Amino acid sequence: MFQLYLFIFLSVLALWSASMVLITKNPVHSVLYLTLTFFTLAGHYILLNAQFLAVVHVIVYAGAIMVLFLFTVMLLNLNKTGQFSKSTITKWMAVIAGGLLFVVLVASVKTTDLVININPNLSQSGLVKNLGNVLFTEYLLPFELSSVLFLSAMVGAVMLGDKHKK
Amino acid sequence: MVTTTLNDMQWMATWLLLFPLIGFLTVGLFTKRMAPKWAGILASAFVFFNVIITFVLWSYINTTHQSFQFNLFEWIQFGAISVPFSVSIDSLTIVMLFVVNVVGWLIHVYSIGYMRHDEGIHRFFSYMNLFIFFMLILVMSSNYLMLFIGWEGVGLCSYLLIGFWYKDHLNNNAAKKAFIMNRIGDLGFLIGIFMMFHTFKTLDIQTIAGAATTMPSGNTALLIITLGLLMGAIGKSAQIPLFTWLPDAMAGPTPVSALIHAATMVTAGVYLIARSSVIFVLSPVTMHLILIIGLLTALISGLIAIYQHDIKKILAYSTVSQLGFMFIALGLGSFTGAMFHLTMHAFFKALLFMAAGSVIHALNQEQDIRNMGGLKNKIPLTFFLFLIGTLAISGIPPFAGFFSKEYILSAAYEQSTLMGVITTIIALLTTLYMFRLLFAVFYAPESPKVQSEKHIHESPWVMTIPMMVLALLSLVGGFVQMPASFNDINLFSNYLAPVFATATQLNHAVYQPLGTTFEWMTLTIPLLIIGLLIIWMYMLFAKKSITDHLSFWEKIMARKFYFDELYQITVVRPMMSLSKFFREFIDEKVINRLINSIGNDTLLIGEKLRLIQTGNIGFYLIIMVFSILAILIINFIR
Amino acid sequence: METIIQPLQTIPLMYYIIFCSALFSIGVIGILVKRNALTIFMSIELMLNSANILLAAFSAYRNDSSGQLFVFFIMVVAAAEIAIGLALLISIYRSSHSIDIHILNRLKW
Repeated sequence: MFQLYLFIFLSVLALWSASMVLITKNPVHSVLYLTLTFFTLAGHYILLNAQFLAVVHVIVYAGAIMVLFLFTVMLLNLNKTGQFSKSTITKWMAVIAGGLLFVVLVASVKTTDLVININPNLSQSGLVKNLGNVLFTEYLLPFELSSVLFLSAMVGAVMLGDKHKK
Repeated sequence: MVTTTLNDMQWMATWLLLFPLIGFLTVGLFTKRMAPKWAGILASAFVFFNVIITFVLWSYINTTHQSFQFNLFEWIQFGAISVPFSVSIDSLTIVMLFVVNVVGWLIHVYSIGYMRHDEGIHRFFSYMNLFIFFMLILVMSSNYLMLFIGWEGVGLCSYLLIGFWYKDHLNNNAAKKAFIMNRIGDLGFLIGIFMMFHTFKTLDIQTIAGAATTMPSGNTALLIITLGLLMGAIGKSAQIPLFTWLPDAMAGPTPVSALIHAATMVTAGVYLIARSSVIFVLSPVTMHLILIIGLLTALISGLIAIYQHDIKKILAYSTVSQLGFMFIALGLGSFTGAMFHLTMHAFFKALLFMAAGSVIHALNQEQDIRNMGGLKNKIPLTFFLFLIGTLAISGIPPFAGFFSKEYILSAAYEQSTLMGVITTIIALLTTLYMFRLLFAVFYAPESPKVQSEKHIHESPWVMTIPMMVLALLSLVGGFVQMPASFNDINLFSNYLAPVFATATQLNHAVYQPLGTTFEWMTLTIPLLIIGLLIIWMYMLFAKKSITDHLSFWEKIMARKFYFDELYQITVVRPMMSLSKFFREFIDEKVINRLINSIGNDTLLIGEKLRLIQTGNIGFYLIIMVFSILAILIINFIR
Repeated sequence: METIIQPLQTIPLMYYIIFCSALFSIGVIGILVKRNALTIFMSIELMLNSANILLAAFSAYRNDSSGQLFVFFIMVVAAAEIAIGLALLISIYRSSHSIDIHILNRLKW
């Protein structure tokens, strides 16, 4: 019961802060609300006993990516409000599209048979030891390749961000 | 030689076809390496081998009295259709082989001298050998399709050889005219072949003849078949209405005129009808048509020939007239008579053409008889040979023409006296134009051109010896078939009797055999008239040069009865305007527009579609989301 | 396949699905509504995270590690993507002094 209440609380918080990301006019506020969303999502991970993922999520997303966003916002001097927004009809079409998407996604899955093996609280698959076991045996190749991916991303980012001297 | 087996004979017959083919390939392909005189000698040698083989086959058939037929190879064979490449040798084939090979050989030898200075001599001899090859296929085939191959092949060689001096485009026009008119006849031939296959399910000549005897006379299918074959024969043998190509074909070298347009190719039509004698006899309508066409052709072309000025054109119209005679014989049911006249005509017409070639050669390419005259003393040997040819063609005994024409005339008298008289009158036209020609060229006073020519000389021996052989044949050839009142020698008709036996049996026309007195009358009265005509021609043409004052009717005859102009208006012009219509309207306006519109429309569509790329990211995103939604919904609904 | 031990005490999987779909839809609305390129990036991050949660949920409910490993790799890719994207954005800002997507429309016909 306790878990259900926790789940509902976290979900509502996540959805509210996600909506606030869109609603506020100030870009800095959007970034902060997004960070809040990420923290709630970390809570969700813990609820699923995915310990490793929760920690990685906090470190990578809330710690690195959001900081990056904030850096960019500061760099581009975006703390002024008053950015023009789109026309009303566009906004209404967007909301309708999103709503439709939600409905279709839920409806299509509602009729399927969901396979549940165990109580998620008791799942051992999220523990670091088990995860590491599978990662370094079955998924070794993607693991190594991701390092190459990071290398290329770093090189690209440095090259793109460099001020080209005349 | 007599004891050779059938297998050897088949080999011999195959070599008959192979020798000219090898000649064509060798002389044609090795032009650069072969000295000009070897081209002629080699080609003539191949035809000479054929002459030898012809004699061997002739003696075999003579002694064993058997005709044979064998397959060279299977050609078409699927389902019900089976057309092998098969050869049949019987007495009719032997007669034609004799004509083609012997006369062909003599003309090859003659051409060695005539074409000596021509730079295309290799091409000439290769085409001549190719012609012999196709003509032999035509003559030796035992089914109609193979005959058609030979038919088309000789038409091709005729085109190639008429337009031999291709740099002058008038020659090319003449060659095209010959080929196209032949083609019109071939359409009829093909319809006949199709009908034959539809009715008899086979194209073998003997099988069809056998199957046709079970059909009633006047059957519609037979009528269509024979009309089709007749149309082919009309085109090939230059009968009315498809005869205007033959005088124009004189644009080719004289040996070509001698071989193709006198002795062999134009007789292919006569041979075709003679070969299919059974089915022709079974459709009397066609026989009447053949008779009428023959009469008209002989009459009209004879009249035209009297008023022509070109020595070769006179001989050409004479050929058309004699072919008309052969058709008269076919129409009367006397197939033997037609073949007899064919053989004799080959001899003296080839001789006449070769002698004319001699005259042209002596006068340095002069062909107008108004510019000739007084050549009797200058080229006496040519004159003598020409005289023999003229006597033969006019039907004066003891030359060959007398006997062959006599055979035909007696067949005409047998049908009715009126028919006989009409045919005799037409035959007398020959005397008129041939003696006019003879006297104008050799006896008339010398024209200025002849007086100015310094080097009028006889032809070399290589040209005169073949002419002498032909003159000899024209003299004695007739003796194989003499009328009943003379000695009743029936060598020729007995020889061909087995071939035409069925046809003669089925011929329903009832003929009265002639009485002896009547026959003597029909022989002597025309001879008297011929004598009178010769004297008349002598007085007109031997003493003075030809003047050009022609009366109204004479002008029409001189203008060839305006046949060419008629064809121009009724056939050529509508065809040209139809082509013009197709080109200007349909090709340019309709088809071009259609094709261009493909490209233009693609460009138009592209121009309209590129406006979708607005560059606006928000627009792209909305379209993306809606598309994904659509895919999901469609999947979900399904 | 084991049955659920205490059905009243576990969260139905359906709730996770509804939650993640809602989060995803909010992200979609975000990219369609906003004109600021940075905000659009953030909405994309939202969508990625919703997928992550769902994958992790399925992995936990089936006791299979593959799902969580996939989440791990998605995070890897997301991080790399953000790095490049923001570098590009700064580069564009340097040349055209705006990150409004209505103004950045040079890639057109």
